[in-house]
Amino acid sequence: MNLDRAHADPDDTNLSRRGFLASAAMAGGGLLLSLALPFGRSEAAGSTDFAPNAFIRIGSDGQVVLTMPYVEMGQGTYTSVPMLIAEELEVKLRQVRLEHAPPNEKLYANPLLGVQATGNSNAMRGGWKPLREAGASARIMLVTAAARRWRVDPTSCRAQDGEVIHDATGRHIKYGDVAAEAAQIPVPERVTLKRPEDFKLIGTPAKRLDAPGKVNGTVTYGIDARPAGVKIATLAQSPVFGGRLKSLEDSEAKAVKGVRQIVRLDDAVAVVADHMGAAKKGLAALKIEWDDGPHAALSTAQIAGQLEQATFGPGTVAQNSGDADKALAGAVTKVEAMYQLPFLAHATMEPMNCTVHVRKDACEIWIGSQAVARVQAMAAKAAGLPPEKVIVHNHLIGGGFGRRLEADGAVRAVEIAKHVDGPVKVVWTREEDIQHGMYRPYWFDRIAAGLDAQGRPVAWKNRFAGPSVIARWLPPAFKDGLDPDSTEGAIDLVYEMPNFHVEFVRVEPPGIPTAFWRSVGPSHNVFVTESFVDELASAARQDAVAYRRMLLDRNPRARAVLDLVAEKSGWGQPLPKGSGRGVALQYVFGSYLAQVAEVEVSSEGNVRVRRVVCAMDCGTVVNPDTVQAQLQSGVIFGATAALYGEITLKNGRVEQSNFDTYQMLRMDQAPVIDVHIVKSAEPPGGMGETGTSLIVPAIANAIFAATSKRLRKMPVDSNSLKQPA
Amino acid sequence: MAFTININGSGHSVDVDGDTPLLWVLRDVLGMTGTKFGCGAALCGACTVHIDGVATRSCITPIDSIEKAAVTTIEAIGATASGAGIQKAWLDHEVVQCGYCQSGQIMSASALLASNPHPTDADIDDAMSGNICRCGTYVRIREAIKLAAQSTTNGG
Ligand code: FES
Ligand code: FES
Repeated sequence: MNLDRAHADPDDTNLSRRGFLASAAMAGGGLLLSLALPFGRSEAAGSTDFAPNAFIRIGSDGQVVLTMPYVEMGQGTYTSVPMLIAEELEVKLRQVRLEHAPPNEKLYANPLLGVQATGNSNAMRGGWKPLREAGASARIMLVTAAARRWRVDPTSCRAQDGEVIHDATGRHIKYGDVAAEAAQIPVPERVTLKRPEDFKLIGTPAKRLDAPGKVNGTVTYGIDARPAGVKIATLAQSPVFGGRLKSLEDSEAKAVKGVRQIVRLDDAVAVVADHMGAAKKGLAALKIEWDDGPHAALSTAQIAGQLEQATFGPGTVAQNSGDADKALAGAVTKVEAMYQLPFLAHATMEPMNCTVHVRKDACEIWIGSQAVARVQAMAAKAAGLPPEKVIVHNHLIGGGFGRRLEADGAVRAVEIAKHVDGPVKVVWTREEDIQHGMYRPYWFDRIAAGLDAQGRPVAWKNRFAGPSVIARWLPPAFKDGLDPDSTEGAIDLVYEMPNFHVEFVRVEPPGIPTAFWRSVGPSHNVFVTESFVDELASAARQDAVAYRRMLLDRNPRARAVLDLVAEKSGWGQPLPKGSGRGVALQYVFGSYLAQVAEVEVSSEGNVRVRRVVCAMDCGTVVNPDTVQAQLQSGVIFGATAALYGEITLKNGRVEQSNFDTYQMLRMDQAPVIDVHIVKSAEPPGGMGETGTSLIVPAIANAIFAATSKRLRKMPVDSNSLKQPA
Repeated sequence: MAFTININGSGHSVDVDGDTPLLWVLRDVLGMTGTKFGCGAALCGACTVHIDGVATRSCITPIDSIEKAAVTTIEAIGATASGAGIQKAWLDHEVVQCGYCQSGQIMSASALLASNPHPTDADIDDAMSGNICRCGTYVRIREAIKLAAQSTTNGG
């Protein structure tokens, strides 16, 4: 998802330096720099008003504290962002601490999302230049302040390890000791950033700053919040979306030891207790009758049928060049296919939860959120309070993947807390978490291509149907029938494709809410385009790597990662029968990635992913260890979806409920994952999601190589791969 | 009913129903939140603790089944040799991402090393496949267990 294609490159900001940084003295003696990260949206970029949205404080103790909107959810942001500042400021990484920003939609807007949220693999992409500039500015101010104190020329001083040093006289002074004076120095008009070859921190593997507390159980996630006197609640929501509570018999539940209160809402019931054990026991003792409402008979097949119909079109043209219909009619070979992708739940390891204390004229919330300002706004509405009366304490997140960009859990908790005297922590059971999620959309694609006599594509036509999550989540970004998320990965392919035509038909399925899911639009589009390119290679009777390579003359970065992955994976070398390699290539989230998956398909049709090789060009690498970790993570996440991931509806109810029916890849099935990084001086691209979208077609293509069976619908259906006995 | 259980070397009295899972006694009654809730049905391993040294899913362990047994949680596992070795290997190998599953992973891994100082890949699969990591840290967990096994001469 690239919400701001026109302003995708953060280096292109036309904000004057004057409009980007300001300084002030801190109470207690210290330097405070306020900085305005460039906004992604054009209206904001044109504005000359100084609206700081991030703050760097250098205290008299020398501690550097950065307050900014990105949140740590496992992707290493809390380590990589401080690296950018530490690099230019010349301090040790450990000297920089990152703090959660309080909710404020105006101040903390994410430069690429245009709203306060962490998603879209964007922390490094948005902060790359401004954070280094801020670090450099602060360094210059500190050096100047020290030079003034010593009455020497600032150019004769240098900064190192949190100190200003004057070599000629051997004097040195800690940043903290000149921070107050530095606050009196004007912010420099311009700064020169280090050249990549001079980087000391950027590009080196850095230890994660958040790790120690995560190995001894001392860090607090949202679910660990324990305000004084907190009660624990768990809930049952109408099993059919849009249903209502019809009747409730709660006498047995009330008799359970530790149960304090039963809360009835229109479409849900909650049991409030001293601890979750009692709350769950109470919930099980309730006799609930639901009125299922208008979606009582809904099934996945119905939704898929509706989407399939929609692919007969017409849709909104997302991209067009040449005349695809005409070229298709004249093509030597015509290849046509339909693809489908299922609903998916996020199943974050930390189940949905939110703690709320509603008072007469204020409301306090403890949560782990990717979008605090959204939580504040929606909770305020639910509580009937102005937003400034809602205090949100954000926490570490036990997995986000897009689920915690939503505020439905906070709204639900407020609805319950309104009936409770004192703070209440609403914890969803895993079953509730999976059955009342907001799901990755179901997608249906109809795609066709024409090849010439040499097998080269001369036409490409793709029409796909599904919902627009953006239209709900960020309405202004949905314009003229299109949004930048639904089409990312379907348009702007890496390959040369003359006569190219792509249409999107927006269809909102009834009775099931949809949301962003790790790798968003590309989680759908990359599966379709990379499977289909593989089909074209096979129709042209050409090797899958050589075929792709032939179409990359004008895209050297894409070709480089493809070549590297082919070399490192041993592409072309023989494999035992029943095994195969599949390749896939993408440019999304500002990064180039190629993967080769090696699979083994048993005679019963069971698929085992043995090994995955990745070649990544994500521009300048800030923390190579994070890149490797995020790719490993993304591959496992995507492989889980490819092999097992599917949420289905029957009689309006989600059929899956816990990890037995909604399976996760486990240790014994985890592939070996090799990561190779291409050196690059380009601005950093995203990587937290890239591995996820690409591994799905890589696996499907590998299964084709192993079995000659083309899987056009995910997840993998082992039955279809069974060999006849 | 009141129960006295031995957690990390000290006795704790709690007054709850006998079928209350240990997980909720730890988290909600005693405020020891290092042990995590993931599924409530012995399917994910997030709630793993040691009972007399054996890795056990606390979400399905009723409080009345514990009696005099010694419960060890993530908060105290660093005091055991295998636990400290695992924690160190986890940090050296940068295993954690969101971290939510890691209490359980570390409890399973330290129980493995305590009983089997030099596990094979198959032993690791057996001991660790009950622990889900949604962030997909499996590759590094395997490497870290091997690292910890190497650095403990006798498995502690
Ligand atoms: S919470 Fe106990 S195994 Fe998942
Ligand atoms: S580190 Fe996030 S679930 Fe394992």
